[in-house]
Amino acid sequence: MSTALHNLVNQPYQHGFVTDIEADVAPKGLSEDTIRLISGKKNEPEWLLELRLNAYRQWLKMEEPRWPNVKYPKIDFQAISYYSAPKPKNTLASMDEVDPELLRTFEKLGVPMNERAKLAGVAVDVIFDSVSVATTYKAKLAEVGIIFCSISEAVHEHPDLVRQYLGSVVPVGDNYYAALNSAVFTDGSFCFIPKGVKCPMDLSTYFRINTENTGQFERTLIVAEEGASVSYLEGCTAPKFDTNQLHAAVVELVALDNADIKYSTVQNWYAGDENGLGGIYNFVTKRGLCKGVNSRISWTQVETGSAITWKYPSCILRGDNSVGEFYSVALTNHYQQADTGTKMIHLGKNTRSTIVSKGISAGHSNNSYRGLVRIAPTAAGARNYSQCDSMLIGDRCGANTFPYIQVNNPSAKVEHEASTSKIGEDQLFYFAQRGVGAEEAVSMIINGFCKDVFQQLPMEFAVEATKLLGLKLEGSVG
Amino acid sequence: MIYQDSKTLLAVRGLHATVNGIEILKGMDLTVKSGEVHAIMGPNGSGKSTFAKVLAGHPAYEVSGGEVVFEGSNLLELKPEARARAGVFLGFQYPIEIPGVANSQFLRLAYNTAQAQRGQDELDPLEFDDFVREKMKLLEMNPDFLDRSVNEGFSGGEKKRNEILQMALLEPKLAILDETDSGLDIDALRIVANGINQLANKDNAIVLVTHYQRLLNYIVPDYVHVMESGRIVKTGGKELALELEARGYDWVGSELKANARVSI
Repeated sequence: MSTALHNLVNQPYQHGFVTDIEADVAPKGLSEDTIRLISGKKNEPEWLLELRLNAYRQWLKMEEPRWPNVKYPKIDFQAISYYSAPKPKNTLASMDEVDPELLRTFEKLGVPMNERAKLAGVAVDVIFDSVSVATTYKAKLAEVGIIFCSISEAVHEHPDLVRQYLGSVVPVGDNYYAALNSAVFTDGSFCFIPKGVKCPMDLSTYFRINTENTGQFERTLIVAEEGASVSYLEGCTAPKFDTNQLHAAVVELVALDNADIKYSTVQNWYAGDENGLGGIYNFVTKRGLCKGVNSRISWTQVETGSAITWKYPSCILRGDNSVGEFYSVALTNHYQQADTGTKMIHLGKNTRSTIVSKGISAGHSNNSYRGLVRIAPTAAGARNYSQCDSMLIGDRCGANTFPYIQVNNPSAKVEHEASTSKIGEDQLFYFAQRGVGAEEAVSMIINGFCKDVFQQLPMEFAVEATKLLGLKLEGSVG
Repeated sequence: MIYQDSKTLLAVRGLHATVNGIEILKGMDLTVKSGEVHAIMGPNGSGKSTFAKVLAGHPAYEVSGGEVVFEGSNLLELKPEARARAGVFLGFQYPIEIPGVANSQFLRLAYNTAQAQRGQDELDPLEFDDFVREKMKLLEMNPDFLDRSVNEGFSGGEKKRNEILQMALLEPKLAILDETDSGLDIDALRIVANGINQLANKDNAIVLVTHYQRLLNYIVPDYVHVMESGRIVKTGGKELALELEARGYDWVGSELKANARVSI
């Protein structure tokens, strides 16, 4: 690999600072007592504590998955603190009461916590370590009947809704990390769009891990009733620590008849340094249920951070004519490892799914696409189109594609396309000979490669994603 | 065309270059003045394409001796993109495919880089579209080429037209065209040659690297050089190309040997 390319992929992380803020941190370790402590701190109803304990007991019997194409030392779950909250945590009457140190943190990260801010028009729920610190535009959304708040708040204010849907898409014992999350989740966002309402603005959650040795286990639940629609954005960052931090989230989406949920993620957790030291373990379960007819769930993700990513945002297409979509860009650099993809489970008639996955590997990283398309016997007329493209930058990285296709209905149509390409010295020389330097050339090639996915992102996110990929790859070209 | 008072654009003196440790250029000398058209001919493996790539700064080649002065400054000190911005253009023998990048985007980026270098205004996508369509007429190119990925799925002839289109956009001071005639049918050859002729003026210069005389029927060179074993062994006027076409390259070699014996 040329020095130009080498320098290009060695850009430092921009969000690695730590906010000096007093936090209420639970002692390290995991037991039923830890769970009772969390539940007690949040003053939760009995049924939720039972759900947590049930999940914990199942988790104890489960084994950590070893099938992903990633390598890491065994996690010591007793060395993690399962609760951290900035002090003091009062109920806030307005944004003016938010700790100014926190406001500064999110300002630095470019997250609009001020409703008068430039990026107005996006409602944000801000999660700092284990708790939600602020939700903007709540009142305005409430006017049209939309509930948008932290999940802790929802447990108290809308217990029936939470109880009805929590764990209905991802059961507490679904998998190792989902079980762990169900046992110890601390906060997250809750969003409910009532029948017939088109959400008037994009909703967004911003996750920030601040405290060292803290795990973040957030829980997001989005429900769109009949004919409702919403576009939801999620962003994440963390400071630089030499130790690995665990992030094991669960996101559940439910779409009833004719509902439409679009979920977009730009994930930029700290990825570790250039030698692979530190970084976030991002072990996340995201799943959407197209419960009603003609419903639609669309996942768009731009994954650039984390030391290890293990994540398969999926769609269960139960309603007839429902549609599932997955658009993904996963970029890995240095010693990052990603095993990410999707599952499209076709149960209803004439269900359709689209998968577009773009993997970019640089440095010594390893990037795998893993995807399942299952057509059940009931899914007459189901269709799937999958496209998985990999791009290699340099010659020390790896890219893999693991497609699983299970078709149990003869009327189904399934298409799969895959390609691998490489940014070569000759391409960069061609650009250079037209006066264009390596940074700009790589940026143009990458953006061209990712354009099918970027087109799916909401405008502000698309701009951010383009810049982020640039930052991740651009640098001091010698 | 040779002009009386034209200035020297390019002076190559005693240039040696290696690739993977093997010496390909062994004492290359060439002087090009503005307004001139030079043709470099020679058999396969004589170092013609290497010479073109070394001038452009291809990273696979290492200069092991000699100097290259372009408009009075040392060209070898500059990175490839700086050489391009200084006005050195290489028409690639095998233009590179760049999947996913629209040709229009690529052309506009290259053009705006050149405009910035000249201290002139950059064009937005709409303005550029009008501008590039006009230039494409010169090469009888279909505007569809703007929407396709750079060189991807282009035929050999289409790639070569795209190269000359870039030359038309960038207006380089020195254009080195490496086997621009290869892969062209007779109509395409005429169109491309016509385009190059229209771009030639008294302030720029063109170096044609070619195997065959047929391109020189359309673009008349002021000088014809014959390369062998990494350097120029014979220089003449346009009639030299015809002589080569009739007698082959072996004749130059045997003449050289004969001269060598005489000088002993």
